[in-house]
Amino acid sequence: MLVELRDIDKTFGKVRANAAISLRIPPASIQGVLGENGAGKSTLMKILSGFYTPDSGEILLDGKAVQIHSPADAIRHGIGMLHQDPLDFPPMKILDDFILGRQGGLFPNHRAASREFRELAGQFGFALDPEAYVDSLTVGERQQLEILRLLWLGARVLIFDEPTTGISLPQKVKLFDTLKKLAAEGMTILFVSHKLEDVESLCTSAAVLRQGELVGAAEPPFDTRLLVEMMFGKELPLAPKKTAVPGGKILSVKSVSIEGVRLQIRGVDLDVRSGEVIGLAGMEGSGQSLFLGACAGLTQPVGGSFCLDEDERDMTGRSHLEFKKRGVAYLPAARLEQGLVPGLTLTEHFVLSEGLGGLFVDRKKAEALAKERISTFNIKGTPESVVEALSGGNQQRALLALMRPRLTLILVEHPTRGLDIESTIYIWSKLKERCEQGTAIVFISSDLDEILQYSDRVLVFFAGQVSPPLRAESLSVERLGALIGGKDWENLPKEAVNA
Amino acid sequence: MTENEVVRSLAGVLAAAGPVIFGVTGETISERAGIINLSMNGTILLSAMGGFAVSLSTHSLALGFLAGAGIGALVATVVAFSSITLKQSQVAVGFVLALLCRDLSYFLGNPIMGQMGPRVSLLPIPGLQHLPLLGPLLFTQDPMTYLSFILIFLAWFFIFRTRPGLMLRGIGEKPAAAYVRGANVGRLRYFYAALGGAVAGLAGPIYSLSVKAGWKGTISGLDGIGWIVLAITIFGGWSPFRAALGAYLFAFLQWLGLVLQPSLPGVPSQVLQVAPFPLMILTLLLVNIGQAEWVERTLARMPEPVRRDLGKLLRAMNVTPPAALGTPFEKD
Repeated sequence: MLVELRDIDKTFGKVRANAAISLRIPPASIQGVLGENGAGKSTLMKILSGFYTPDSGEILLDGKAVQIHSPADAIRHGIGMLHQDPLDFPPMKILDDFILGRQGGLFPNHRAASREFRELAGQFGFALDPEAYVDSLTVGERQQLEILRLLWLGARVLIFDEPTTGISLPQKVKLFDTLKKLAAEGMTILFVSHKLEDVESLCTSAAVLRQGELVGAAEPPFDTRLLVEMMFGKELPLAPKKTAVPGGKILSVKSVSIEGVRLQIRGVDLDVRSGEVIGLAGMEGSGQSLFLGACAGLTQPVGGSFCLDEDERDMTGRSHLEFKKRGVAYLPAARLEQGLVPGLTLTEHFVLSEGLGGLFVDRKKAEALAKERISTFNIKGTPESVVEALSGGNQQRALLALMRPRLTLILVEHPTRGLDIESTIYIWSKLKERCEQGTAIVFISSDLDEILQYSDRVLVFFAGQVSPPLRAESLSVERLGALIGGKDWENLPKEAVNA
Repeated sequence: MTENEVVRSLAGVLAAAGPVIFGVTGETISERAGIINLSMNGTILLSAMGGFAVSLSTHSLALGFLAGAGIGALVATVVAFSSITLKQSQVAVGFVLALLCRDLSYFLGNPIMGQMGPRVSLLPIPGLQHLPLLGPLLFTQDPMTYLSFILIFLAWFFIFRTRPGLMLRGIGEKPAAAYVRGANVGRLRYFYAALGGAVAGLAGPIYSLSVKAGWKGTISGLDGIGWIVLAITIFGGWSPFRAALGAYLFAFLQWLGLVLQPSLPGVPSQVLQVAPFPLMILTLLLVNIGQAEWVERTLARMPEPVRRDLGKLLRAMNVTPPAALGTPFEKD
């Protein structure tokens, strides 16, 4: 289907999210939509998919102007969207989630739906069991489920909003194959991303948005430098890789075993030294979050021990609070849900985390502190901004700004998930500063480049199996990708490096 | 007690659980849609009084029940209006309504206090009533008790087996996802809140026209039932079968209090009357104890087989509420 957007305008309050954007996407193509966080990509896509109504402008499908007032309208016209956070129902069975929203009689025909689901899944080689539950799926599999569901509803135009965020390399390869296949079948694909390499390797053309405006378009072969310039209006240098000289022992993990709901980790050994960065790689749900949570005292191991500091103080079975008192900080992936308190302002967050003494809050002092941190951490917001009003990148900056000055160990889940390149570079420069002061960092990421770029040593997780620590220099993206997918594990033990 | 007496008493327990089942099923429907109707205690009292009053003046049982359902739907609609349209706290509004409706029922019910009114009579099912054990237990009841049996299955079937039921679960779980799939979230929430309120509103007339026939104001003995209904809804994991189990347990405990009274002369009768309430709360605590951090901590230190089985049991008992329960839905 030929999709045309003409002079789309959308304003939220004072912010002009989309300013007279026109875009023409022919069928059987993959249109990349690039831009940094807050450039207006998602707004434009939500307009096309009926989530928002534009202030002005029109949408044409195959040359005919259409009115789209709701997502239900959009899907009737054949437009389906995969949202950045999958809009599915985690506690439901896959088949129920699949059926939900399909028009029909009072009693859905489960058997027929199940058959059609299996047929569709088979066409794309998706291994999904309709009787399993949605919350047992990885983010990548939930995307597959959404793709199948939208196709089943008759979608001819598919919009993907940041689909490569939070999925592993093999899943990404699978996703890209699927998108190419869909395009080859005549579908119109819109691929929204802030990741240049994804757009470059996949799209048949790219449009770049900056601050709500369409600033340029490009065709393959893409010129990376030009795209970066269009996205940011300037060039961005990547910090050179520095290897810290590891110091004294910070954390000793001794043959630790942990049991999760669906998975078990057995006998992990790891020594983390001061100034070191350890990357935990693996597909979502392979055990890395479980392990990181246990390092913070949030999950209890069923065997083995955790010791902190040079004097090997045994912390096994202690609560998170006691870990925290010994200088361990934990930054969860769900920033707004677990890391920050929605509804409280930045100032109030600093008051909470600094533990300014006394019964009454010293407003002046607190505000001064907030102002200082906001400028040091370059947060786009005021002391009075409530945290949920900040963008993802600024929320992550706020989390960093909230950390106490003297820490021994920082545990981070997905430090840069969903952030643009500029924020990513900034976040890591701040984390590296901490390393230079002697803090050790253990982080989880599904971005293999990030793992290799920033860690000294890497632990690979696959379905609860944990590799010995591997030196990052000894790994390549391909090698790491294979390990994450469960291949090549036979040759591992020889390479084990522990120190 | 002879065997016969025990069976007859248990049949009484099933009948006494009837109104509680209507209450929890109504609340379950409403909460599945994401609306907490905290007014339950007031709703049951007001619909009990209202249903009895209507029945008394019209000499029609059907109109009495209809009035009860109407009152329930009306109170629920107030909760829905203030939360969906006015975006106010469901908990605050529901709580105030619980108190308001209770006092309103005592005040408005003054003129009909203690009067003799119509009463639902037993309707033994021909043929089945003479079955050994099951006959007197299940098939010698009044129509509303039969309806309470059917309601359990009907509600379960609707929620888990039909297309609208699927959407009902959707709007309570993740309204944004339901909206994307074509649901008018606001309108559906109004509908299910009112429907749940109507079902729960039937609990009142079942008391005043059957289980505890008549209206006796503050000594009707209905005050507090609504709060237990809310607790059982949680214990029931928002599933009609489990909720029914909770309702029967509660009715059984109440009956036990009465039976034990003569054999425990040292214990004040008030203690036995009130005992079912803390016992229900205790059950609730036990059911959801698996979520507590110290339990997880203790469990982690236990030997393997114990840990696995105990963990499995705790997880099976554990229930998670509809994710969007009590939260308003906004598109942006």
